[in-house]
Amino acid sequence: MIRVNVLLLLAAIGCALGAITLQHKARKLFIDLEAGQAQAKRLEEEFTQLQLEQGTWATHKRVEALASRSLDMRLPAPGATRILTMDEGKGAAKP
Amino acid sequence: MRFEKRTPELRLRLEGWRSRLVLALATAGFVVLAGRAFYLQGLNNDFLRQKGEARYGRVVEMPASRGPVKDRHGHPLAISTPVESIWASPEDFEADEAKLRALAKALAMSPDEIRQKVAQKDKQFAWLKRQISPEQAVKVMALGLPGVFQQREYRRYYPAGEVMAHVVGFTGIDDSGQEGIELARQQWLAGVPGSRKVIKDRKGRIVEDVASLKVPRDGRELRLAIDQRLQFLAHRELKAAVEGNRAKGGSIVMLDARTGEVLALVNQPDYNPNNRANVTGRQTRNRSVTDIFEPGSTMKPFTIAAALEAGIVKPDTVIQSGGPMTIGGWAISDAHPHGALTVAQVIQKSSNIGTARIQLQMSAETVGGFYRELGFGAPPETGFPGEAKGLMRPPAKWKPIEQATMAYGHGLSVSLLQLARAYTVFTGDGHLLPISLVKRDDQPIGKPLVSRETAREVARMLEMAVGPGGTAPRAAVPGYRVAGKTGTAHKPESGGYAAHKYVSSFVGFGPVSDPRFVVAVMIDEPSGGKYYGGEVSAPVFASVMGSALRMMSVPPDAPQTLNVQAPARPGAAQVRAATPESEG
Repeated sequence: MIRVNVLLLLAAIGCALGAITLQHKARKLFIDLEAGQAQAKRLEEEFTQLQLEQGTWATHKRVEALASRSLDMRLPAPGATRILTMDEGKGAAKP
Repeated sequence: MRFEKRTPELRLRLEGWRSRLVLALATAGFVVLAGRAFYLQGLNNDFLRQKGEARYGRVVEMPASRGPVKDRHGHPLAISTPVESIWASPEDFEADEAKLRALAKALAMSPDEIRQKVAQKDKQFAWLKRQISPEQAVKVMALGLPGVFQQREYRRYYPAGEVMAHVVGFTGIDDSGQEGIELARQQWLAGVPGSRKVIKDRKGRIVEDVASLKVPRDGRELRLAIDQRLQFLAHRELKAAVEGNRAKGGSIVMLDARTGEVLALVNQPDYNPNNRANVTGRQTRNRSVTDIFEPGSTMKPFTIAAALEAGIVKPDTVIQSGGPMTIGGWAISDAHPHGALTVAQVIQKSSNIGTARIQLQMSAETVGGFYRELGFGAPPETGFPGEAKGLMRPPAKWKPIEQATMAYGHGLSVSLLQLARAYTVFTGDGHLLPISLVKRDDQPIGKPLVSRETAREVARMLEMAVGPGGTAPRAAVPGYRVAGKTGTAHKPESGGYAAHKYVSSFVGFGPVSDPRFVVAVMIDEPSGGKYYGGEVSAPVFASVMGSALRMMSVPPDAPQTLNVQAPARPGAAQVRAATPESEG
């Protein structure tokens, strides 16, 4: 009888220690998860900043100014445009 | 034992029950304690749990960001990015002269400003500087001053700047919409911050999630119907036209002729929503939606449509359009006298007298009812803040002269958006389309107002107005068949009309064979010498419509006209030679 009890006691202590270790491990993993989530958030924010930057650099106003000033480009005259149509009604005519 | 000898009382034998009583009481006491402990820790442990959590649990705020606004192709028009705001607790703030100077430098403020902000020692909160870049905030916090804290906030940026300013609007410093779509769709765009309960360890790291108190919800993305390229095009042309004509202002509205979506909507003057230091209401007003004007001759096609629909006239019916015409003591005249004109020519030449004669053949109820059906006198219901509903007196009270002048767009007021929308009746085979500032996924069902034949007849007349002999040959677009109507209206001024203040407008659509766009142009008080809609607004229409059709690769429906016109350069609309044309 006593031997069984001692065995059970040891088992109980073992379980308790196991629970503590697992709790600790869980918390450590949770810290990692938190860090990961924080990084995801940071990257997301960086992405919006980059989108914003891209949007600002790519405004039509700026692109047009660059095209006409630095590259000396201009709109083709409507008369200088040839319109090609695809046969067999496959579709679109693109000027 | 010595005591026993001296004190006989101690020699007495105690009775057994007394010690047993004490033992029983002590045991009972322990049982109660054990019971209580068991109760607290086993059966009813909420209380202790709460107390424990209060010692290591923390409530953490979870910020939510405002949803972005994008154009129909997903280009960002308004985006929130994180910024830091620096605040101080004056109670705890401590800094010697050198540190204060370092802080001031990091914040780009003067030391005196900071001193002033932290002067009230009994206060616990004072903003030092709001919305600085995260990099700058890192420098500030690196100083490690006691009583200085940072808080994350979001700031709204508008990459398209003034081009989109009137449509998108802007938000205030607390991230809530103040103008435009930002205000109209506040509920949709706004994020709802949440909070959760966590356990933090000694180092302040979150080690366990206890409970989510409130789930944060990020604001949703909003897709506008606006096409950024078309918007930019309209903005550029309008700006050039307003400057070239030294006008007070102007607007362009561009609708998708098939879906009623607003593809472009621009106004002058404008402002930069990213820097609103000296912005006035004159600049922020979205004129095309909130301002009303007397439309002038751009109203004429509706009178003709109503008359055709009622069977009163046919396109080739001859109308005596010679003047002068007098109703109740008021004279109606044409800028250039005409003789007998067919109904089609009345539109082509824009005869006030002809249109008024046709108008007076109908009852006020018929005409008024038709105007109402077209959306005049009621808000267009785009959800935009401050939408004007226009001014139109109830038809039952109309005097004959009123009814006559309304035929050519005087005596009632509309917004440019309403006017553009009304023209969808000619592009949609007689169906009036609902308009939308937000991108649609479905094909809206138009409201049938006139028959397909009537709509096509009027479209043909409007095409004549753009052709040779019409009032607006300068609205013609090489390669495409376009149609439209000019408008030149005197501006109403206290009780009458101003002699030399005009609103020049043009509303049209194209290509006529299968309309894609409706474009409405309005120039307010042009003072560069020209003021007729055919001279001021028609060229703007032509360059916007022409560029838009080419940009969207719409196949030309009149390729034979391609080799006629000189090249159009950006903003060159108003420098072409003037063709003297006139109308009322």
